[in-house]
Amino acid sequence: MSTLAITRARWFPAVLGIGSFAAAILVVELLIRVGLINRFIVPMPSEILRAFPRVIVEEHVLWRFLVTAAEAFSASILVTVFGVAGGVLLYQFRLLRAATETWVAAVAAAPLVLIYPLYLVIFGRNATTIVMMGFTAGLAPVILKTLEGLAGTRRVLINVGRSFNLTHSQQFWKILFPAALPTIFVGTRLGLIFALINIVGVEFLINFGGLGQLINELAERYDLPGTYAAITFVILVSICVFLLTERLERWLRPVD
Amino acid sequence: MAETGRLTIPAASRPWLWPVTALRIAIITAVLVAWEALAASGLLYRDVVPSLAAIGKALFNLLTVPDMPVHIDLDLRVVHIDWRLTIPAIYWHLYSTFYEIAVGMVIGCLSGLVVGIAIGGSRLLRRAYEPLIYYLGPCPKIIFFPVMIMWFGVGPGSKIAMGAISCFFPVALNAAGGMREIDQVLIRVGRSFRANTWQMVTKIYLPAMRHPIINGVRLGLGVCLIGTLLAETKLSNRGVGFLVIQAYSLFNMPLMYALLIVLFVIAIGANALIGRFGGLDDIKSR
Repeated sequence: MSTLAITRARWFPAVLGIGSFAAAILVVELLIRVGLINRFIVPMPSEILRAFPRVIVEEHVLWRFLVTAAEAFSASILVTVFGVAGGVLLYQFRLLRAATETWVAAVAAAPLVLIYPLYLVIFGRNATTIVMMGFTAGLAPVILKTLEGLAGTRRVLINVGRSFNLTHSQQFWKILFPAALPTIFVGTRLGLIFALINIVGVEFLINFGGLGQLINELAERYDLPGTYAAITFVILVSICVFLLTERLERWLRPVD
Repeated sequence: MAETGRLTIPAASRPWLWPVTALRIAIITAVLVAWEALAASGLLYRDVVPSLAAIGKALFNLLTVPDMPVHIDLDLRVVHIDWRLTIPAIYWHLYSTFYEIAVGMVIGCLSGLVVGIAIGGSRLLRRAYEPLIYYLGPCPKIIFFPVMIMWFGVGPGSKIAMGAISCFFPVALNAAGGMREIDQVLIRVGRSFRANTWQMVTKIYLPAMRHPIINGVRLGLGVCLIGTLLAETKLSNRGVGFLVIQAYSLFNMPLMYALLIVLFVIAIGANALIGRFGGLDDIKSR
């Protein structure tokens, strides 16, 4: 097989990506062994690999994962219910939409996670603070996307509903909501991702809860291989959630 | 010659207050009244919801009362500056945070731009490395903070690194996307003029990618701000994030609200500024 044929092969980019990542890890391992990188600052990748079973068994990673998942699930339920309801409310009342849409967009751009000390005071150092932080962070995108989905319903569909003399409620449930559902799901997905990011972040910051707390605890114990292993685990979980929601979105929007 | 002017609403039929403005004022008033009523009722723990007057006073003190001595000693050969001033401490903390964010943004944006252009410009590199950036992008970056502390210490270095990491991903992804969408005619024109790589980047790629890059920088600024400030709340002795967590530790709720107001105004203002001066409004109006 010629070099050109190899580089044009479908599998080559994936192999190149994964291969260069593996090569970078090997180089780091080598540099640490040689002494060019301080092993008390960066642990050897082989040590991190060996730390995985220890972190999984001794630090109860599965249980912590379930705690974080439960928090994310609670936050996503709240985000979906209140976000979709908020979007529908703004769609139904044009004046309210004109008055507040820019505010919601401004809130979406604001660094909301910084109000976590305020939530600590109001709700205490417990799971409610973490869930409410996820909810606060994920709400604005769901409202905006729901509004976008409803407002973007094709005029012809609405006219079909009118020609059938559908009531206001039927028009909403039979025409508007199904037509807006894919866009609403995009918003829910964004909301879930925002919520998850903030949940893990706040767990880490307040040293409470699941996976975020695990990283903080291991770092405070100066267990470097364990810290790196836990960070890798959180990255893998984030990627899995991202992939899963992306698949769901594609399933809902087969035309795209 | 007939004169045509702009169509205007006659003064008599023009409403004194537009309904949208009236509703906005009504909402703001309702929220403020509800807040004040909640503060006076004592339904929540005392001081968790302080009165508006207390928050206003804290905001005024925060921005105007000088409580921090500063010594500026500059020898500029021609003139020697030796000033001893007392300023409100918030400005020094704001300076620290701005410095960390600015350096983090420069590092994150430049590296994101280089990686984005490289990935967007090559089909092979894009298929090999874009998934890595795409899937790492939504991870919570704050989890890297313990690592950044090990690498760069507990000072501003680790906060700058947090800002740079946070900013890198949106800029790289937007630059790669922008690079892909450049009109091929422009690239062929550049090549036909035998432009070298630097000329292609500065004369063709960057001008053509202006909007996606600015969008990336705007997104990057938001996450850079969050990354830096969260890092300051976790471990620091300077910056606005440190002030917020200190207000929490001292249970000084009016001060905490005042700080959050200052932060949100700065964040939303910076975001709007980048959007306006970056020409994002032009795209929307097209």
